[in-house]
Amino acid sequence: MSQFQEKTQITRIERFTEDILRLTLESPEIASIAKPGQFVMIRTGNSSDPLLRRPFSISQTSNNLHFQVLFKVVGRGTSILAHCREGEFLSVLGPLGNGFTIDCRNRNCLVGGGMGIAPLLFLAKAMLRKCPDTPPIVVLGSRNREELTTLVYDFAELGLSAYTATDDGSLGHHGLVTEVLETLDLGADCTNYVCGPHPMMTAVHLFCKKRNYSCQVSMETSMACGMGACLGCIVPVEKGGYGHACTDGPVFDAKELVWEVK
Amino acid sequence: MGSEMTSADLRVSIGPLKLKNPVMTASGTFGYAKEFEPYVNLHHLGAVVVKGISLEPRPGNPPPRIVETSCGMLNAIGLENVGVERFISEKMVSLQEVNVPVIVNILGDTLDDYREIAARLADVKGIAGIEVNISCPNVKKGGVAFGTVPGMAAAVTAAVKESSSVPVIVKLSPNVTDITEIARAVEDGGADGVSLINTLIGMAIDHRSRRPQLANVIGGLSGPAIKPVALRMVYQVAKAVSIPVIGIGGIESTEDVLEFLLAGATAVQIGTANFVNPRASEEAVAGLASYVAEQKLESIREIIGGLIIP
Repeated sequence: MSQFQEKTQITRIERFTEDILRLTLESPEIASIAKPGQFVMIRTGNSSDPLLRRPFSISQTSNNLHFQVLFKVVGRGTSILAHCREGEFLSVLGPLGNGFTIDCRNRNCLVGGGMGIAPLLFLAKAMLRKCPDTPPIVVLGSRNREELTTLVYDFAELGLSAYTATDDGSLGHHGLVTEVLETLDLGADCTNYVCGPHPMMTAVHLFCKKRNYSCQVSMETSMACGMGACLGCIVPVEKGGYGHACTDGPVFDAKELVWEVK
Repeated sequence: MGSEMTSADLRVSIGPLKLKNPVMTASGTFGYAKEFEPYVNLHHLGAVVVKGISLEPRPGNPPPRIVETSCGMLNAIGLENVGVERFISEKMVSLQEVNVPVIVNILGDTLDDYREIAARLADVKGIAGIEVNISCPNVKKGGVAFGTVPGMAAAVTAAVKESSSVPVIVKLSPNVTDITEIARAVEDGGADGVSLINTLIGMAIDHRSRRPQLANVIGGLSGPAIKPVALRMVYQVAKAVSIPVIGIGGIESTEDVLEFLLAGATAVQIGTANFVNPRASEEAVAGLASYVAEQKLESIREIIGGLIIP
């Protein structure tokens, strides 16, 4: 059951770039029950402005004690969060959502873009525990080397050598993650676990559809509550109507969603 | 918070509806209550008002449906709901297990819709009251007209009263020239109480893309930003009608609740704050109990309408 913790201490702040940070928060209650792909809602301050909590996927847990969130400063909420100091407390609600479903029967491939890489580290760890004989293939994309270096290193620490693609060619393939995927031997059956910008997820979904691979995508939407009350975080579903990213997701089978293909 | 809650007299009445305290949750901000069970002792609340129900299920508006604004948020959910039949067969079953009065918010496009929903709910066990939404601004036909024309507001009220077996509260829209006129009309229509305010119609624009931030273009503003408007309207309506007034609009804390009671509200509903602090409603109940004890009041009812104008 998810927890509501008004005082969750920030124990470590890592600054990857000017605007990309990773926070480590101490919460045995959340860390011990969180599953890869789940998220937390964090309140960035105590004032009414900004009013709403911000959703962050859990990028890692350790020793059933800490969990981490990775984020880029994109607006007022994340900007305030970026100015927090170690030792300060944040109000956290979580873990929320369904999380990824690990399938050990197939080849597994993790595809992350930008901040969407965050939950994949947590997923890779769980996968290595659950399916030790079949380590996942990891493909990571971002704007440049700077954003990716630490994350690639984190995967390397797990013994996973990531394929990389950057927009400026400063690390790995100069281009898109799907172009990297096309070159890999993924076999006849491969389950893809995807999180990243919407255009990237659309492209990976199309790649998987073409090859008849299964594909789990973690959707990011704006949301007010994170627990199924505000009904703001909808994603259009194939059977008609909408799914709710907070309670039906954030992880969906890509086939069940409506993708706008340009 | 147990001991002070039991000792302080927080009881209020909305007509025939007796509540153990004046704190309810606002429709559309508390799901069907089950969602909040991990965080809130539901039986500590005065009542829960569940997400608005229509005759048929509604899928709601396309995304984006919500956007944060200064000290508030805009929503254009479009009245997404499971419809009255599924509400009765699924949601109401779990609500019956919860030891808290359940008020069902209903909405429709025609008088017959309202009449029929009220009739379907009339025999359902565990419903303490009905709140009639005549004010939701998001659906193009129906809602707005009922809430902005006194005669129509009175007619809807009378129709629901006729087919309903429980107390009927009418939720008023602030998007009118004179809210007291609508309040008087629904009082004449037989309402047992009025709740106000629903959201204020607003808009947000992204200047970079030159697009509205909601797919629906306009939406309802809620949160602390609207509290002063809500207080003013509660104050005016409480003076204009003799039925109880339920105050809604940007309430986050015990202090906010007290302000609404002073303005003339008999009870309150906590809305958007539930999204930010899922325990906001329960904390307000505990806060009121402490206040009654500290101020050595006989009951919380002593401060209702107790605004001092020097």
